[in-house]
Amino acid sequence: MSALEPTKLDRPRASRNWSAADSGAAKSVAAALRRADLGDRLRSLTLAAPLLVLLALSFGIPLVLLLSRAVYDPTIADALPQTSQALRGWNGTGLPDDAAFLALAADLRSNQAKGTAYELAKSLNARLPGARSQVLKTVRQLEAADRPPLEVMKAVPFWSAPGTWPVIESGTHSVTSFYLLSALDLRWNADGGIERVPPEQAIFVQVFMRTFLVAAAVTLATLVLGFPLAYLIASVPKGLAAILIVAVLLPFWTSILVRTAAWTVLLQKFGLVNDLLLWLGVADDRLDLMYSRIGLIIAMTHIQLPFTLLPIYSVMRTIQPSQMKAAYSLGAKPFTAFRRVYLPQVFPGVMAGCLLTFILCLGYYITPALIGGASDQLISNFIASYVNVELNWEMAAALSFILLVFTLALFGIFARILGLDRLKLV
Amino acid sequence: MKITKARLFAFAAATAFITMGNAAFAEELSIMASGGAWQDAQRKAWFEPFSKETGIKIVEQEYLGDLGKVKAMVDTGNVPIDLVTVETATVLQGCDAGILERLDYSRIAPREKFIEGSALDCGVGLDAYGDVLAYDPNVLKEAPTSVLDIFDTTKFPGKRAMRKFPAQNLEWALMADGVAAADVYEVLATPEGVNRAFKKLDTIKQDIVWWDAGAQPPQLLASKEVVMTTAWNGRIQNAIDKDGAPFKIVWNNQILEYDMIAIPKGAKNPDLAYKYLAYISQPEINAKLASYITYGPVRIDAASFVAPDALPKLPNAPDHMTAYLVADTEFWGDYGEDLVKRFNAWLAQ
Repeated sequence: MSALEPTKLDRPRASRNWSAADSGAAKSVAAALRRADLGDRLRSLTLAAPLLVLLALSFGIPLVLLLSRAVYDPTIADALPQTSQALRGWNGTGLPDDAAFLALAADLRSNQAKGTAYELAKSLNARLPGARSQVLKTVRQLEAADRPPLEVMKAVPFWSAPGTWPVIESGTHSVTSFYLLSALDLRWNADGGIERVPPEQAIFVQVFMRTFLVAAAVTLATLVLGFPLAYLIASVPKGLAAILIVAVLLPFWTSILVRTAAWTVLLQKFGLVNDLLLWLGVADDRLDLMYSRIGLIIAMTHIQLPFTLLPIYSVMRTIQPSQMKAAYSLGAKPFTAFRRVYLPQVFPGVMAGCLLTFILCLGYYITPALIGGASDQLISNFIASYVNVELNWEMAAALSFILLVFTLALFGIFARILGLDRLKLV
Repeated sequence: MKITKARLFAFAAATAFITMGNAAFAEELSIMASGGAWQDAQRKAWFEPFSKETGIKIVEQEYLGDLGKVKAMVDTGNVPIDLVTVETATVLQGCDAGILERLDYSRIAPREKFIEGSALDCGVGLDAYGDVLAYDPNVLKEAPTSVLDIFDTTKFPGKRAMRKFPAQNLEWALMADGVAAADVYEVLATPEGVNRAFKKLDTIKQDIVWWDAGAQPPQLLASKEVVMTTAWNGRIQNAIDKDGAPFKIVWNNQILEYDMIAIPKGAKNPDLAYKYLAYISQPEINAKLASYITYGPVRIDAASFVAPDALPKLPNAPDHMTAYLVADTEFWGDYGEDLVKRFNAWLAQ
């Protein structure tokens, strides 16, 4: 066990049990040490400053700005200033008074004049499907100005429907929990409580679960395949080990898209894998490997294998074979020697490899899109769809935020159990 | 001839001067399209003749049709493209999100000269394509007669492919369930109508392979992964004409859609862009695309200019217009996001 625990001696620590007579001198020494320490830190900070600034500019700030969209969406509030004012006194049930209708009419008209009516319509539509055409229709009728605005508003049934005004009211607050709740299949109900969305609308919780399950399955598969292979590479002569390492790394250097496309060729119904299974008599009929969970896990396992294997291998290489021999000579059975001498030393590498693979799997996008079926899409596929297709970046930010929180939480738990300093990456 | 240093220098200087001169004087129009056979067809029918006629150089770019990229350009104020080809539903979204310019039709062509629904506020139609059914007669002994036959698993057993998207599938589901084409969007706007459509899709869910990209349907047919598939007509025709595939197209109950082109907000050369839009919106020019890919013109008065051998393959050829539905862009603008979510939830069940 001692090999595992960080030795306490190698950490310099200010000792506190000096006698009183020494304490004055000790203090000044400690202060000098601190000063020197501070100088060192400042120097290293200065050296690292360009990198830190680059990280902040290219990664930190954009990340925060983008994620803030999940909770900050001022589109409706900015577009409806008068309505916000008029709704202050509304109790949230039934319909607001005519002043609110008039204020909304005025806001709609000013949006049309500014050319922002479409943005408002889109933003309302994201929260209330069908609102888009109603807003645009009302705007056109208001513009025609052949009737008083109140009459126009009352003539469109949408504005007097029960669900409309609560959504408008919630939209007038720039800081919103709507997207984050939606990302967890939740919503506010009429009584101000939080409830689950109806089952035919619920999707994200399931997709998050699926993402974590697929990541876990792939991690396990890479471990089962990677551990013996790493052991083999670590124990064969150097020349052969180099060849094996290259064999592992060669696909690693190939683009992920190419490898995914290669798997579609292998896995398709009339592809090589099915031909082989049929020829071997393992399967009686051609299997649906493409567009299936099993195909997805096979392809992801292949892509992730080096990520799991390399940290394990790098740790295995440092373990002296003589230790196992020593264990045998002391009477340990092979399995006991493996479990009590070898495994504890390899453990940090195993955990590092698994963690790396697990977290990378959480972000998989291309492989599920090309090889997975409709019910094998992971959370990144949904985020991409909200970014690229729906242009609802608020929803994309909310999903990303939840994914980030889950990932950090897992990482935190992991670090807590194992201790970060014991992680051995390549 | 001995190449001296001085000569070499003079040559280099002259080359540099000519190149610079070109960059300074030739006008350039940057068009981003979604690649493939469709962009090749546009190049032959429109890009090259336009350049020849006007002297304006066309710089081509390609993208996947996702508006997210255009939004990023517009948001950062760096818009290196002047025109972008988009799907109809995307035009609506881009228009709403304020990333596409609202078009001034007085600079293009009279709006009433376009087929209904093909001249939108932010996008002008390029061509009409059909969402059709395709099959391989060597595999299916009995020929399907309507796209709606995809719902008949007793008469046509086996896997069938549909686009992994609610649009078209929900319309076809309702029509297969007995809703008249004229009422489809009205019914689909109600929660009961949506339930009804999904219930119909439920009946064949186990037999469906889903496709994402337009290139997949011909591949799925060729690899015999499915016995029939919904598809964009041009992709199937391309496989028939270019690769000699034995596929057949079923036009009955096709859904008509339009490809569009739009100007992103903040484009550097809007005048050149309008010049191009006006050029391709002339009826005889608009009809030229059909000679290179089997997508029909969107100008009402362009039909007589279509090459006679191309006409029978077009989605809006008279023979194919007996039973059809025009996709309702406004409907999908309203309910698209919600139905996509519902569709994904349904897929995952």
